[in-house]
Amino acid sequence: MAAPKRGRSASAQSKPGRSLALILIAIAALTGGMFASGHTTPRLGIDLAGGTSITLQAHNEPGQPNAINKANMNTAVEIMNRRVNGLGVSEAEVQTQGTSNIIVNIPKGTNSEEARQQVGTTAKLYFRPVLASEASAGAAASASPSASSSGSSSASPSASPSSSASQKATGSSSASPSSSATSQGRAVTDALKADSTPSASASASSSAKASASPSASSSASASASAAATKLEAEYTALDCSKPAQRATAGKAAKPTDSTVACGKISGVWYKYVLGPAAVDGTEVKKAQAVYDTQTAAGWQVQMTFNSSGGKKFANITAELAKNQQPQNEFGIVLDGEVVSSPYVSQSITGGQAEISGSFTQTEAQSLANMLSYGALPLSFKEQSVTTVTAALGGEQLHAGLIAGAIGLALVIIYLLVFYRGLSVVAIPSLMVSAILTYVIMALLGPAIHFALNLPAVCGAIVAIGITADSFIVFFERIRDEIREGRTLRPAVERAWPRARRTILVSDFVSFLAAAVLFIVTVGKVQGFAFTLGLTTVLDVVVVFFFTKPLMTLLARRKFFANGHKWSGLDPKGLGAKPPLRRTRRPAGPAAGPVDPKEA
Amino acid sequence: MSKLGNLGARLHRGEISYDFVGKRKIWYGVSILITITAILGLAVRGLNMGIDFQGGAVFTTSKTSISVAQAESYAKEASGHDAVVQKLGTGGLRIQIAGMDTAKSDTTKAALAKDMKMDPESIAADLVGPSWGDEIANKAWEGLAIFMVLVVVYLAIAFEWRMAVAALVALIHDITITTGIYALVGFEVTPGTVIGLLTILGYSLYDTVVVFDSLKEQTKDITKQTRFTYSDIANQSINGTLVRSINTTVVALLPVAGLLFIGGGFLGAGTLNDISLSLFVGLAAGAYSSIFIATPLVADLKEAEPQMKALRKRVLAKRAQAAAEDELADTRGDEGPEDATPAVVGPRNQPASRTNRGRGRPSGKRR
Repeated sequence: MAAPKRGRSASAQSKPGRSLALILIAIAALTGGMFASGHTTPRLGIDLAGGTSITLQAHNEPGQPNAINKANMNTAVEIMNRRVNGLGVSEAEVQTQGTSNIIVNIPKGTNSEEARQQVGTTAKLYFRPVLASEASAGAAASASPSASSSGSSSASPSASPSSSASQKATGSSSASPSSSATSQGRAVTDALKADSTPSASASASSSAKASASPSASSSASASASAAATKLEAEYTALDCSKPAQRATAGKAAKPTDSTVACGKISGVWYKYVLGPAAVDGTEVKKAQAVYDTQTAAGWQVQMTFNSSGGKKFANITAELAKNQQPQNEFGIVLDGEVVSSPYVSQSITGGQAEISGSFTQTEAQSLANMLSYGALPLSFKEQSVTTVTAALGGEQLHAGLIAGAIGLALVIIYLLVFYRGLSVVAIPSLMVSAILTYVIMALLGPAIHFALNLPAVCGAIVAIGITADSFIVFFERIRDEIREGRTLRPAVERAWPRARRTILVSDFVSFLAAAVLFIVTVGKVQGFAFTLGLTTVLDVVVVFFFTKPLMTLLARRKFFANGHKWSGLDPKGLGAKPPLRRTRRPAGPAAGPVDPKEA
Repeated sequence: MSKLGNLGARLHRGEISYDFVGKRKIWYGVSILITITAILGLAVRGLNMGIDFQGGAVFTTSKTSISVAQAESYAKEASGHDAVVQKLGTGGLRIQIAGMDTAKSDTTKAALAKDMKMDPESIAADLVGPSWGDEIANKAWEGLAIFMVLVVVYLAIAFEWRMAVAALVALIHDITITTGIYALVGFEVTPGTVIGLLTILGYSLYDTVVVFDSLKEQTKDITKQTRFTYSDIANQSINGTLVRSINTTVVALLPVAGLLFIGGGFLGAGTLNDISLSLFVGLAAGAYSSIFIATPLVADLKEAEPQMKALRKRVLAKRAQAAAEDELADTRGDEGPEDATPAVVGPRNQPASRTNRGRGRPSGKRR
């Protein structure tokens, strides 16, 4: 029995030891990483761990009474839902309460500050032309041009790794006294080279010839001089580096008025004087972050306007493009705060635009997110923030865990009874799969806001079945081969390709389900899809790199190869055809690749 | 060896086999009956949608020493619905109950205040909207539709369109039964239930694909032989993978059963009941439909093919001939011992030397 084994091992078998070592190293590395990162438990979802509950109260926008109605509230819920869940599988819950409140529940461990900003404060989105801007380095500094130019010089280095066009703009701007905001170096470029019809609209409030200094800009917007003087005073006094001032600056501005505003660009606070809103955030049809591979400009945000928004955007960009810095910029203003102020070099028609510059991926996605979902029909005020305990009571969860453990114990007993010695493969396969799932979930908590909730736990429980199925299919194949009269080692090698195909074909279906649901859906469904996809991939990894190599190694042991009564592979017990096994005729087991299948 | 191992061996040899395909009409009937019951249950009783879908009322109390579990039972008494109770950072409780309108929420509030020995004024009642809004639901439907189309396309390419159709029928069968049982039992439908259903969807297809994979393998060269019809081989294929199907189903069902019967029954993990019930029913239905519905359906569809019809004709002709020969052989009385040729069933590889006299017999035996 030993001779044919040695003959086959060199050619037909890969190196099982290597695969096993590989997966063990991977487990060790992942586990080590888990302990090193300090996140030794998966982040639990709000139903299992509780979290923070934010109650927001809706307010009518200035000049828009009766905006609080069911339709608008529902829209707001949907927008907030997309916004809090937009950057990953964070699984926040959003619902209306009463007629004018919205509750947002955020799982424990989420950056609740960030979430509060996303749901509460980003209420209205406008595109406003920039009339003046400078770094806010204190009231005294902002008054004198020389100081603001020093502000700009501190900011400009951060902008240098941007695209060539915007770099150039940055360079020229740093010469002018009040260029600071453009040091970010973001350019709006024409996405579609459609015909340009730059009709001079009034929306830019003809601030065109204003020089860069604050006083000049206000004198240029001459029409309402009283308002302008007030604005100028406000602007001079404004110090955006102070949170208290930021909290009020420009927050109550009507879209039709000019206003002051603050904005944090590349970690530096800038202050702005902004003209009336030229384009409304609701007129952005779609925005997305894309990586520009063609010109290597890095991350960009592409936006598409609806038809009226596209026209308005064409008008204002045509107007702005004629101006000097910083009046060729427009501010993207979210609830009174400037989130980005790209400059315009030409009229942008066709309803599509790109914002490019030295974005990181996160910045670009966040901006795209705000642009897409930014247009809440109402403004909201935080009414209360409180912690909440898990909706699934602690006792119940405890009971569930005990029950689950009993179920798992039954699985192990079943495997022991039915597969006997083969449980040495089966149970560790399940364990490896469980460890990998746990560790990866723990690591993904901080990485992509993955939160383990009840649906995810269910996904994991069903994954036990799918993981077990992989080795059950494999084992049954091996047993079939043994019943044909093969000895164990050839049986394992012959069974594997067939079992492998079955496993891959069926796991692909599961993975397809997971991928589609993950891409299309939001919230909890997305979280579930993620779990399903993860466990499916791990199933394949475990069966390829653990179950199969371990089986190959064990097939060399006498206990299994000789079909010990307790090995689970006893040919007699399996009902193999005895004569064939003993006589080992040439047509039998060692035939190798030839498949004498008849039907 | 274990009994099931023995069973596996005998199934493998074809000594015992259940004629899944031949008795398909019975099982179609059973399934149609269950499905109709499920649909009736859905139509008559409807689904009891939870607070996440239909909204409800939320009661916020002031600081209290009443435990979450106590509040849960009070709320259930007062309203008749399952309540979600959370402790707030302020020390108060937030109690959410589905299916409330203003009038109902007022009476519930009064009842709660009485039970909890609190001033009704210190409980704030508010109606809440669904957190699982239309948006999430629509997206989920959209995802489901895309997935179904892709799966049919994939199965049609990897296998063939008949199998794709059969898998889809089995899938709809499983989902209908699971939802129907939900309506009949009257458990509240939570987002967890929906996720459970999606899990079923994935598992049902997975199981069907495993069975189809073996079917495809065994019917690869079916036209090159004249011993078995497509239905015969489909039947052998099911019987061949039966042990795997049983094992996988047992292993998948055990943890869920633990959650449902032990957790829900003895330990009182009430809210886990809904999700484990949908999983339990769905997994069982998924395993059942792959064997009793999907594969026989493929056989039905395949037998309608001209090629397979021709094969059937040839096989029957050959069997008639073999029967005649057997009669001759019987009169001569030199029939080999019964168990000398146990393994010649099915299309599995077999040394040619061992099949001399057994041709046609195993399948004849099953008839």
